[in-house]
This record gives sequence, structure tokens and C-alpha cells, in this order.
Amino acid sequence: MRRVVTLVLVVSLLLLFGVARLPFERKLDASQRSANLRSATLDLSLREQIGQLSYVAALSGFRSLVAALLWIEAHTAWEQTAWGRMVALFQSVTTLQPRSLIYWDIAAWHMAWNASIAARNNPKEPSEFLRMKAEREYHELGLYFLKRGIANNPESAMLYERLGILLRDKFNDHSAAADAFLKAASLPGAPAYVKRMGAYELAKTPGREREAYELLHKIYLMGESERLPSVITMLGELEEKLNIPPADRLIHEQHESHP
Amino acid sequence: MIRRIQTIAASTWTELIRLKVFYFLVIFALLVIASSFFLAGFSFEAEFQMLKDIALGAMSIFSALLAILAAANLLPKDMEDRTIYTILAKPVARFEYLLGKLIGLMLLLTLAVALMSLVFAVTLLLFTNYKVHLSLAEMAGAPPAEIASAVAAIKAQGYDANLFSGGAIILLKSWLLAAMTLLISTFSTSAIFTTMASFAVYFIGHLQATARDYWLSSADPGWFVKGALAIIALVFPDLQALNLVDDIVAGATIPLVVLAKTLALGFGYIVVYTALAIAAFQTREL
Repeated sequence: MRRVVTLVLVVSLLLLFGVARLPFERKLDASQRSANLRSATLDLSLREQIGQLSYVAALSGFRSLVAALLWIEAHTAWEQTAWGRMVALFQSVTTLQPRSLIYWDIAAWHMAWNASIAARNNPKEPSEFLRMKAEREYHELGLYFLKRGIANNPESAMLYERLGILLRDKFNDHSAAADAFLKAASLPGAPAYVKRMGAYELAKTPGREREAYELLHKIYLMGESERLPSVITMLGELEEKLNIPPADRLIHEQHESHP
Repeated sequence: MIRRIQTIAASTWTELIRLKVFYFLVIFALLVIASSFFLAGFSFEAEFQMLKDIALGAMSIFSALLAILAAANLLPKDMEDRTIYTILAKPVARFEYLLGKLIGLMLLLTLAVALMSLVFAVTLLLFTNYKVHLSLAEMAGAPPAEIASAVAAIKAQGYDANLFSGGAIILLKSWLLAAMTLLISTFSTSAIFTTMASFAVYFIGHLQATARDYWLSSADPGWFVKGALAIIALVFPDLQALNLVDDIVAGATIPLVVLAKTLALGFGYIVVYTALAIAAFQTREL
């Protein structure tokens, strides 16, 4: 009897403590989420993908561990060229660990480069149209992973750079690629070459040559280390194309001052 | 009073060490070292990522298991051996006894997490050096700037100060679990029940935030469900709030204010659970 009374008292005190900590916990939850922490959404679709045991483990605070194990499984699927299974596993891994840049990056790379080429050269599919369609779908999947990765990690210069490369190499969308490279260049930790890559893509975009010229002009003025042969060549071509007056031409000046 | 608590803490520590609980460290070390070899074949970023995932995941599992299993056995073992009666027959207050037990266990958990962190840090350091060595061999003849950039990229994946915050959060969570298990064991009549109940609280605690959000949302699932959700949200601890290790592993930086608030919440739970355990133990018939 005494034990029951104590138990009731303890539970009542726990309830009171719960009421007292509730506002603090809600504020903490909000500040953790606004710092992009605990952003993984563990819903029922994930439960169907990864199985009950892994789902319970993920719910119990072992998300990263489950993600690592699924990633190993995805690697095995890659060795077996089981592309469909890889997509499902990449979905699960990135859902479990949305802040791990490497998972988004490699998932996109596998889809847009490896899986798409395998689909393009699929000997079991005689129709070229269907092979090309499958290839295109894998490109789209690569794009999907990178876009989701960026949505979860908006400050990642690396993911924007990868997006630029994908748009440039697989979609031939130079304008969008330029925007992605320039966005990457504006983020902390971006390598210096990303800005140049953005300028090169701008130069290839009809109607954006002036932007490309202005950017390359700035890059050129940044110093000797930025005056790469490709920068000089492209700047010279743009000066010609845009009819820049000879007095304002950098490349012209360069040749005159350093024959 | 402090001396008596210290003595009980020291004897609890010795008792737990004699139970050879540190054998699990050998398993941990093997797991971390083996995974670093097993992962060869992935890109180096993925290798580092998974090494961290596996090591910190294993640290979380081992520390939680150690906290619950050791705390669940503290009181039943002393009762079975009848040492509790000898201790409490002396001028030792019940709260001193319980505090001493908890502090002894917390010290053991601190040592366990510190040793696991050390094994992890050393493995990560050796792994980083190995990868640097490989890169230098592969890039022989490359321009020095490219070599420096490659080495910097590898080192950036290695040990960083954020992983230390991860270790601190794992330790705090294990202390919380120890205090919570001790509270349950003050009512329980067997170690098995305490262990089962603690694991149940552990799982429910990870769903508490979901229950709380649903309870406070505008959804109306009926008064019974709403009441049940309210009880879960108010009685059980929010263990998801202490689940920042997954983000730390992913390379996220925890803002200092958020880290401080998270640690404050954890300590708040420990203080309240310990106080309730003491209050319940005072009235318990031995």
C-alpha cells in the first residue's frame, strides 16, 4: 500500500515537472530545428522501406548507425549493379541522415553518372528510345537527390557545385549551371575555381555574355593567380563578341604591357 | 556527509569494475578498428562518415546498455548480498547511500565513455594518417598546391572538436538513463522488471517529442488519445532532445546556446530523477 502511495506521488511529481519543463522543451525543440538539427523525418514510408527493426533502431537514437549500415548495403547493390534497389536504399539513407553531404553527393553521382550510363548501354533493352528514356530518368534522379540535399543543407557550397556540374554535363543547361556555380561561390567554404566555372557557363549562355564578361573582368583583376589561360582566352573572345572598345580591353592591355 | 557519499561511490565503482563490465570496450575497439578496414573501397569521405557513424552509434548503444543494466542491478544486488542492511545500520542516511551509488555509477560511465572516445579518436587519427600517406604516394609528382589541397581535404574529415560535443551528449544521456533506472529500481522488486521498464521508458522517451507535438497540435483525435498523449509528454523524458549525435556525425555544428540548453535540460532531468529516487527510497520498506 505504502509503495503504491509513493508511486502515485512520484508520478504526480513527474507530471508537475513535465508541466514545468514543457515550455523550455518546446523552445529548445524550436531552436534545435532552426539550427537545422534533428531535421530527419521518420515517417511510415521510411518504416516500409527499411523494415521494422531498423525503424525502431532509428527511432531510438541510432539514425546514423542505421544509415551507415544501409549505405554499406547500397554499396553491395552497386557492386551487383542493382540500380533500382540502390535508389530505394539511397532514399532511406538520405532520409535518415539529411545533414550528411556525402550521402546526397554520392547518391546523385551514382544515379546521374553510373546508373544512367548503365541504362544507356543496357544490352537487355533493344529499343534505343527506351534506353535513352531510362538514361534521362536516372539524370532526373541525380538532380532530385541534389535538390533535396540542397533543401536540407542550404549552406553547402559543395552540393551547389555538384548541381552545377550535373546541369552542365548531363542537362546542357548552361544558364542554370552558371547560377548553381555562382550560388556555390557565394557560400562559405567554396573553392576559388567555382566562380570561374560559373563565369565559363555564363559565357556559353546566349544573352548572358555581358554578365560573363563582367564576372571574368572581376576575376582577372583579382590577381595573377586567377589569370589562367582559360580565363584570358574567354575574356578575349567576349571582348571581341561584345565589341568592347580597345581602350577598355584587358587582354589587349595585357598583350601591350607584357608582350 | 560528503565523505560517506565518497566512500559508497568508491565501493560502487570497485564493485562494478570487478564485474568486468569493461570487456565491452574490447568489443567496441574491435568494432571500430574492423569497420575502418571493412570500409575500404568507398570514397574516403564516405569511409570517414561511416567510421564516425559506426563508432558514435556503438558508443551510444554501449553507454545506454551499461547505464541501464548496471543501475538496474545496484539496489537488488546489495539487497541480495545483504550489504545494504549493514551499510544502513551504520550512521549513513538513505539519501547518502543512494547518491553514493549513483555517483559511483556515473564515474564508471564517465570512464567508459572517455575510453571509448579515446579508442575512437586514436583510430580516427591513425586512419587519417593512413589516408594522407596513401594520397601522398598516389600524388607523387603532382604540384605542391594540389597535394596540400588533397591532404587538407582528408584532414578536414578527421577528428574535430564537434565530435567532443557528441561524446559529452552521449555521456549526459547515459547519466540520465542511470538516474532514471535508479528511480524505477526504488519501486521495483526485481532487476529484470527494472531493466524492462527502463528500456520501455527509453523507447517511449524517444517518441515523447512526437506525442507532445501531436498533443499540442490542433488535431482532435478524441479526449482519450489526447489524454494519453499528454501523459506521455509530461511523464516521460524527451530523449530526442539529446539526440544531437546524428547531426554531429553529419558534420553539423551545434550552436553553443543550443548545446548549453540541451545540457541544461539533461542535468535538469538528472537532478529531478535523483531527488524523486531519494524521496521514494526514504519511504521504502527494506
